[in-house]
Order: sequence, then C-alpha cells, then structure tokens
Amino acid sequence: MSPTDVAPQETVSPRSTSRVVNDFSIQVATVNGSGSQTANLVLLRSILLMGVPVSGKNMFPSNIAGLPTWYTIRASKRGYIGRKKEVDFLVAMNAETAKEDVMTLDAGAAVVYDEPLKLNALRSDLTFYPVPFDKLVTPVCPDAKLRRLVRNMIYDGVLAKLLGIDMSMMEQALAKQLGKKAKAVTLNQGALKAGWDYAEATFTKQDPFHIEKMNETAGKILIEGNSAAAIGCMMAGVTVVAWYPITPSSSLCESLIGYMRKYRIDKESGKATFAIVQAEDEIASLGMVIGAGWAGARAMTATAGPGISLMSEFAGLGYYAETPAVIFDVQRVGPSTGLPTRTAQGDLLSTAFLSHGDTKHILLIPSSVEECYELSMDAFDLAERFQTPIFVMMDLDLGMNNWMSDGFKYPTRPIDRGKVLTADVMKKIGEWGRYKDVDGDGIPYRTVPGDGMPAFFTRGSGHNAKAQYSERPDDYVHNVDRLARKFDTARANVPKPIVDTNREAKIGIIGYGTSHWAITESRDQLREETNVKTSYLRVRAYPFTEEMTKFIDAHERIYIVEQNRDAQLAALLRLELTPERITKLRSVLHYSGLPIDARSVSDDILSQEGFEVARRSTPTPGSMGSMTGGE
Amino acid sequence: MATAPIKVNRIGLEPQVYKGGKTTLCAGCGHNAISERIIEAFYEMGVDPRQVVKLSGIGCSSKSPAYFLGGSHGFNAVHGRMPSVGTGAMLANQKLIAIGISGDGDTGAIGIGQFVHLMRRNLPIIYIIEDNGCYGLTKGQFSPTADLGSKLKNGVVNDLPPIDTCALAVELGATFVARSFSGDKKQLLALLKAALSHRGTVMLDVISPCVTFNDHEGSTKSYSYVKDHDDPLEEVSFVPFFEDISVDYEPGTTQEVKMHDGSRLFLKKLDEAYDPTDKISALRTLHEASRRGEFATGHIYIEPDRDDFLRLLNVVDEPLASLPLERTRPPKAALDEIMEGLR
Repeated sequence: MSPTDVAPQETVSPRSTSRVVNDFSIQVATVNGSGSQTANLVLLRSILLMGVPVSGKNMFPSNIAGLPTWYTIRASKRGYIGRKKEVDFLVAMNAETAKEDVMTLDAGAAVVYDEPLKLNALRSDLTFYPVPFDKLVTPVCPDAKLRRLVRNMIYDGVLAKLLGIDMSMMEQALAKQLGKKAKAVTLNQGALKAGWDYAEATFTKQDPFHIEKMNETAGKILIEGNSAAAIGCMMAGVTVVAWYPITPSSSLCESLIGYMRKYRIDKESGKATFAIVQAEDEIASLGMVIGAGWAGARAMTATAGPGISLMSEFAGLGYYAETPAVIFDVQRVGPSTGLPTRTAQGDLLSTAFLSHGDTKHILLIPSSVEECYELSMDAFDLAERFQTPIFVMMDLDLGMNNWMSDGFKYPTRPIDRGKVLTADVMKKIGEWGRYKDVDGDGIPYRTVPGDGMPAFFTRGSGHNAKAQYSERPDDYVHNVDRLARKFDTARANVPKPIVDTNREAKIGIIGYGTSHWAITESRDQLREETNVKTSYLRVRAYPFTEEMTKFIDAHERIYIVEQNRDAQLAALLRLELTPERITKLRSVLHYSGLPIDARSVSDDILSQEGFEVARRSTPTPGSMGSMTGGE
Repeated sequence: MATAPIKVNRIGLEPQVYKGGKTTLCAGCGHNAISERIIEAFYEMGVDPRQVVKLSGIGCSSKSPAYFLGGSHGFNAVHGRMPSVGTGAMLANQKLIAIGISGDGDTGAIGIGQFVHLMRRNLPIIYIIEDNGCYGLTKGQFSPTADLGSKLKNGVVNDLPPIDTCALAVELGATFVARSFSGDKKQLLALLKAALSHRGTVMLDVISPCVTFNDHEGSTKSYSYVKDHDDPLEEVSFVPFFEDISVDYEPGTTQEVKMHDGSRLFLKKLDEAYDPTDKISALRTLHEASRRGEFATGHIYIEPDRDDFLRLLNVVDEPLASLPLERTRPPKAALDEIMEGLR
C-alpha cells in the first residue's frame, strides 16, 4: 500500500476559491439497485458531449440491492482518465453512508444531498445544496412505483444547473441512454427539468466547479473494456464461446452474445455462425474451448481469478497437448473469493505458470479499451500460431468501467490460423509428426479432425514427436525443450511494450494494464511539481521482449508500478534478469481494491527518491473501507 | 441384420482400417471386448474413420481409444472432463462423429458434474462407460458404481449405495440410454450400431469386469456374477438405413423404433409391460431389476426425435471451424454502426 493511503487528514488546507474548470471529480453515493446507473451514465455522457474528456468508475458491492454504491465521474481538461483520489463534488443520496461520505471530503468540496439527511450541520468548510428529492419527484412521476428510479434523474438536473452543463446535452445523453423507450424518456426528462428548475430557483452558486465547453471529445466513444474485448473477439472471427458467469467478466460474454446475435447471423439461413454455451462451471468452459480449438475453431472463454484457479488442470493440458485457446481473465481482488467487485492485478504470477509441472503461458495485457479490442484479435492469432492457451489479463477497472476512447479501427491484417498441415506442406516437409519441430521455432504442424489430413492421438500424457505415448526420458526432454523453444519464439511475436524514453531521466517506470492511466498522470505531476523526469515502459505481454533489458540498462532506478501486494511483475522479471539489473528494481504497490491513482504513484516514488511527501487526506469515502455484509 | 464382414464395407474400406494399436490392458479385460465390438460396429455401419473423434478421460477405460480406429483423431483428456472436450469438438464441427470412452470412476466420481450436464444437453455423442465398479489403474479401489455389499479382494465391503448411471441418464434427459455386458457380443454390437444412427446423446453403460481387481467371489461385477444376473429386457436387432430388409414379427411382441437416419431398431420384448420410449417405464424397470439384484440390459430408453444441442443452438450447417473469414468477421459497416452507438 502506498504511504499516503493510510495518512491521517490533520493537515488539510482549505481549497482556493478560484474557478475550477473541467478538472474535478463528482461522486454519486447511492444504494445498490436504486436505478442510479442511468442517471450516472447520462451525466457522464453529457460531459463528453460538452467536449470535455471524462471517465466513469463504478464502485459497487457484491450485492443486488440494498448495499452502498459509489459512482465517480472525472472531468479532466488534460485528458486524464485514471481515478482521481480526491472527491470534489459529492451527491449524497444514501442515508447509510452520507455522514462518512461528507466527513472524508477535502475542505472546499461541494455536496448535493437529500434534504432530510440534514448534512449541512456536519461541516462548515463545504458548500451544501439540499434538494427535497421526494417532494420534487411526486409531480413529475405520478406512478409511485417508478419514482424510486426517476428520482435519481433529478440530481442530474441539479448538477446541470450548478456545473453549467447544457440541458440540450443532458437531453441528448438521456435519449441515447434510454433509446426507444418513449415513456421512460418523457418521465426522466420531466425529472431532469424539475431538478434544473429547483436549482435555478433555490441556489446561488457557491462552489468553484464548472463544466465549460471544449472541443476535445470529437469522435470519442464511451465503452467498457468488457464490451471492447467482445467486439474484438467478434471481429477476430470467434466461433465457439463457453463461459460461466462470474464478476467481473460476465458482461464480456453477455455483450458478446448481444453483438453476435446482431452481426453474426447468416442472412440466408438465419442461422448462427457461432455457438455460445453457458457451461456448468469454469472447468467445463475451458474444456469446451480446448475441445473446440483442437477441432479447429477459434474458441474463447472469459473468467476471473476463481475461475482461473479452476481452469488450472485444463490450462496445463492446453499447454502440453498444444491446443489453441483464448482465455480472458478480468481480474478482481483475491485471494479466494476476495473482493469480487473490486479491482486488482493479482493473477499475473499464478496465470503465467497456471497448472502443475513446467508450464508457462503467454499473457497479453491491455491498458485501454482500444487495446482490449485489438489485443483480443491478437490473442486469437497467437493462440493458433503458437497452438497454446493465450491469457488476456484485464481487470475490473478496465472491464467494467466506462472509458473514453477513439473509435476502434476496422482490422486490415488477415487473420493468422497458424501452422496447419496441408498437402503442399506435407510435400515440402516429407514426414509429418504432430510434435516434430520442422522449422526450428518449436512450433509443429497440426491437423484438425475432419480435414482429411493424417490423424493423431492427442494426450496430456507423455508423448514423442509422432504423438505416440512415451515415457522415454529422451522423448520427454526433447518435447519439453521444444516447448521452451516455442515460448522463446513467442518473445518476438507478442505485442511489444510501449516505451517513452526521456534521455535526461535517471528513473524508469515500468507498468502495465490500468496502472497506465495513473502512471501517465503521475509522470506529469513529477515533472511539473518536483522536476523529476522519468521514462516509461508499458509492458503488454509475457514473455518479456528484448526492449525490457535495454530499458532497465538505460536507467539508474526502475519503479515497477503494480496493483497487487507481492510485486508480481517484478517477480516475473527477476526470474530472467541478471543480478546487476535486479538491484535496480523498486516497487510501487497499490492493492486496496480501488483503482490506482496518480497521486499515490507520485507520492510513493518521491518518497522512495528521498523527497519529503506532504500528508494528504484519505483516498476515498471512509465508509467504502468499512462496508460489510452481502455476498 | 449384420452381414458378416467380407473384404470391404459399404464405403470401400477394409476391416483393417478400423483397428487400432495393440492393447496394453490386462489379458481378458472386458474393455478389449468392447473395443472389438466398436471396431465391428463402425466397420459394418460404414463410418468414415476420418470423420470420427475418439475422446476419453483418465483410467483403464480411457486408454482404450488408442486400441480402435487408428485412423481417427483421438483426445485423451483430463480425468472426468471428457464431456466438455467432446462438447467443444462437436461445437467446432458438427459433421464429426464423436465417441467418448469413460469409466465408472471417470464418470461417477470426478466426472459426475460434466456427465450430468452432457446428458442434459443431448449433444450428439456416443458416451460409453466401461463399468467395472473399481479403479483398475490405481489397483482396485471401489468406484461409485460398486454395488452395496460388494467385496474388494482384500475383503473390504462397499457400504455406500451405487450410482446407477443409466437411471441418472434417463432422469437427466439423455435420449438413448442402454446397458450391456462386455460378454454379450450380439447385444452390444446391435446397440452400438443403433447408437451410430442416433442424433443426440447415447449413454451406453457396459458392464466390463476387471479381471485383475474385481473378478473374485463376493464381487458383483465379476464375470460369473454378471452372467448369472444379466436380465436382458429384449432381443435387440438393428437394421441400418442402407439395408432393405423386412423383419417379420408377431404383433405385440416386438417394438419397432425408427432412428434419426432411417435405420430401424427392433426390440423383441422379453418383458411385456416394458416400453423403452416411456421414461417412467424405463426408470421403473431399472429400479425393479436393481431390487432383484440383477442388471437390466438392452435398450432402456429412447427418444429418437428430440432436437440435439447443435440444433438448439441454431448453428449453420457447415462446420464452424472451417467457416471463411468473410462469414465470421462482420463488415466495416457493422463496426461503424457499433462505434456510432457509443458516441
């Protein structure tokens, strides 16, 4: 945990009263199941429509209804879309957490709250806007049963007025969110207007936060990483999907089902060019994927840590029998059931070596929704090229939160189906053996059932180059050495890291996945606030590529930023670095379950660099830390 | 009925093509007899071995796919998880003919979960349990199909009730459920040929004594015990779709079942009250036989017309595995439309 995460808040300084434009965060605290998601997404999109870079993060409980949930929207004129540690504008709708939510704000923050909660008595250094939600919702929503849902739209109207968001943008966002549900649109428009009118008639703007039009979001999309990965899978030509519901990966397969039903039904026959099966568990999911991959299909599954653990045995079979498979791990907090609805990068080490014996896997690590889309396509190519399971390591923050992105590009590269034996290849290589290394790259030629080429017997037991059962020591060594050679070949074929070298920098930062967003913002903070220059290498795959050692050699100290306790990427690196290089490694670790933020990274690096780091307030509403109950 | 093997079968292949590697199981193992019947059935039905996939889990039974149909692809997967691998293979290519070989431990213990869900899905696969009531490969421990009171070689008595895989399969929705005995060549061959004509899950439990660990006095899965307690429900005859043979039978004595591919199954009933197309009758028959301490063998349950899993999934007729990219990658307009929806 970074040092500031546990710092007390005794030295809070009052915020300056100058205008804060397009650079603050809004947190909406509600009760799970109260239908606030529509209101939150409309607010998010309205800011995007104002041309202001924006991102949204949902911090929710493992529960269907009744427990507290927080949705944070960050507007950032500089385009930072990682989590911002401080909450600037609170919408307090949840009686249970309201007090703690208010008490943990920095001075100068603003609070819109449900009037009966009487929060204004709690602090004198905040701006309060009480709103009588129940009173306002009654006239706009005659149907009492719907009021609970429509009520939330009122705070959107209030915020639009207070922050200066055009009502036309709000309405446009609302129409987008609710689509063709005319009755719902009308009801919610009424609520939106009621909020606006109330704020206009009642409040004098006293807080410094404003949304002003920019032109930074033209063509941008808002999407969750899970949906982005689903689109990538569809474009990769996936045909067989087997899955078992588990947070936070379920929406990957669910959105895939939606897209496939729309775009992958054969026009003439009305039949599906895919099969999606909800399996009985994660073991069967991967079993089906391996069976399908073996029989020549592009097959995938998606899961989270507990599912990865269950898949261990099949992962080893896929590695040793050499069958293609694509597995998405949308990581959540472990160990065990852990915090199912919180984010982490804690499965890296166990997945890299998933299964018993000398097993190691290729991992792809996307940082953005765009990479979720692109690396998904890469994953299928690599799975077939290397005839092995490929793990795409996402996380809850990336998979389930809303990210702003450029639109995705249509793939132009042909797909790679790998080394499949044909009559021509047969002529060229002479004698075929399923596990024979013809080309010296460790990758053999395979045949698939029904293709008319020679058959072979696939097994997880010892085998020789001809796929015959063998317990001979030389056959075993020959085979596993070839597998190691194949893994080495992969080094040159997996996505390369993205490197940004500053020649004056003595410090190099290594990061991956969603830590990227905190790191890029932190590098700006380090440079602008303390004149600390840094270089940055963002890992996108395991095995590591040659750029890694060059990067380490070019810097005096290397900070590896990760969202886990045990410095898992650093551990993987240590396995292959020389002792001199290992001595350069330091870690910045964040593992509270909340997405990593830039300030924590900056403070941690500065502290390790010997700077005096100011103590700051607690990172999040205190109640999030003490939330209990529900499963 | 089956014509005696001559030189080639109806697709011009010699019997030799249907053979596999040399067995490494014990001499006299019931599993070897089952492999022989599989070879005969596939040869006589004229199945193209290149279209066949042989699947198995782990155990003595699961080794046997190496001993038949050497020209077919095989997949010896992990313990108890063959159903999922077979499901994946059939999803990838529904033109394949899948035969899965499991054992009583592989199915009844570690694999019971996948077995249950395979039966529910009615996936087109012939699922054979080579059932000897013990774990042969780990030297004879009881398996979940061991009968109450059955004795191990060392005198240990089984005091847990057995799982009746046939009753379970009927209950769960399998559409072709049969039980046979590795020693009953005629019945087993007829059932295997009928299995090849069925579109859906075939669950065939074949009692197959373990000559090394479970063939002694006191065992209820020994050759002599099974021979003495085999209670055939009917005389099974099978007429494949490609043979135009008329079968005469006395009305009321024989039930004719029309198979998915046009083949016909004739069940000459030994028990008048028994109807293999009636689930309740099938379950009652199994329970009654079990109460008598006997094995009801033959065709236990059949539902020839229910949609199989691939039909339910509404997949295109061609194998998904070999669909060209233009049919599996939506056009640019589709991506543009999705992107527009996200702006």
